[in-house]
Amino acid sequence: MGGLDFSVVWENLSYFFIGRYPKGPVGGVALTLYLAAVSLLFSFIGGLFLGLLSVSRHKTIRWGTEGVIQAIRGMPLLMVIFWMYFLMPAIAKRPLPEAWTVITALTLFTSSYMSQIVRAGIEGIPKGQMEAAISTGLSHGQAMIHIILPQALRNMIPSFVNQFVSMIKDTSLAFIVGVSELTHVATQMNNRTMLYPTEIFIFVAVIYFIMCFAFTELSRWLERHLAYRKSI
Amino acid sequence: MLNYKFDWAIVTSGKYYEWLVSGLQVTIKISVVSIALSFLLGLIIAMMRMSTIRPIRWFAHGYLEFFRNTPLLVQIFFWYFGSYKVLPAVVNDWLVRQDFEFAAAVIALTIYTSAFIAEDIRSGVRSIPKEQMEAARSSGFSYVRSMQYIILPQAVRLTIPPLINQFLNLMKNSSLAMTIGVMELTYQARQVESYTFKGFEAFTAATLVYLALSFIITGLVTLYNKKVLQPLKGH
Repeated sequence: MGGLDFSVVWENLSYFFIGRYPKGPVGGVALTLYLAAVSLLFSFIGGLFLGLLSVSRHKTIRWGTEGVIQAIRGMPLLMVIFWMYFLMPAIAKRPLPEAWTVITALTLFTSSYMSQIVRAGIEGIPKGQMEAAISTGLSHGQAMIHIILPQALRNMIPSFVNQFVSMIKDTSLAFIVGVSELTHVATQMNNRTMLYPTEIFIFVAVIYFIMCFAFTELSRWLERHLAYRKSI
Repeated sequence: MLNYKFDWAIVTSGKYYEWLVSGLQVTIKISVVSIALSFLLGLIIAMMRMSTIRPIRWFAHGYLEFFRNTPLLVQIFFWYFGSYKVLPAVVNDWLVRQDFEFAAAVIALTIYTSAFIAEDIRSGVRSIPKEQMEAARSSGFSYVRSMQYIILPQAVRLTIPPLINQFLNLMKNSSLAMTIGVMELTYQARQVESYTFKGFEAFTAATLVYLALSFIITGLVTLYNKKVLQPLKGH
């Protein structure tokens, strides 16, 4: 890396990692991880909900859910963010924090992807399990909650971790509505210093890479580990 | 919200309609150019990833992991703002003579997507039985020629549905090009919104266009599976 001067990065290291905290709001890497973790939690609930609806026994529910999922998946995430940015204050009739706009958009978007994982997980459990559960006297709902989901969720863990990696990458779009996560911090730093765009964006890319790669590896490890355990 | 007066005419005719149409044209252009380049680059990276020479394999592996695990937006910013310090002067001169925003977006989208395509191609190749390669080699083909004439034509056929899906992702991802001023569909929707304050109409129009494009592309996958892959499996 001849000719590159990374001192701009080292001098502002804490700004990249925690933003203006403790003198101001938290930003940078900390905010990126916060946005990703909160959105993932909500997406898990949303995905489970949509996933269960999409395997419903009622045709109308199944088709309606499928329509919603396909519509969200057909849109760019950026579009979903803009929609939330305009719709949410209009519905709430007051300004809302941008971070929540982004969390809502990420949740909607990722829930629709997660629902597919949930559905595949449920459909991956042999039909006999449901039949056996029902013949022992459980209702369809009980069988789903006590028999099918616990097994299905376990198989889905690696996919959820993968989804977290996408989520970390997707939080970079929060920059668009002015949430000061890592990408926003980087662009601000770039605007202020002007001279070091290469160094700043290489550094930020490496930080994202470390976070995402760690979780990618975790997901691969889980996949091997859980598969091994299953075979006993 | 309830008092909002919808004015659909704003996006169905006149100047703002033309803005959106030109945005759609740019979205299509950037997607088509980038998918063609991504396919070529992805093919090269996939071959390198399967190479018997270790450093080449490692390089391809590093390339895949790095570009898949970094946000596209950061990659776009890198190519747009920061690439001039690491590229040779000749390339920089050539790039600034082009439409630089468009070029930077194409480079970023191509490199990002190629990493995903390379993995798709690799899993396509791996699904071809090993004996095919052995048979090809034993009948006198070199490694490269066996790949070219025996393995790849079969693998590519299997890779087409995931490739079309990558095209869909690419088309949606191209909306990020608006951040560096490429006037594609999302950019134009934003423009219409800021000129007219008719955000709902502008974003509805853009959303419907994206959905229509997605619908067409998904339809192609279904059609391909039904018309090409299913009959092949029958034999």
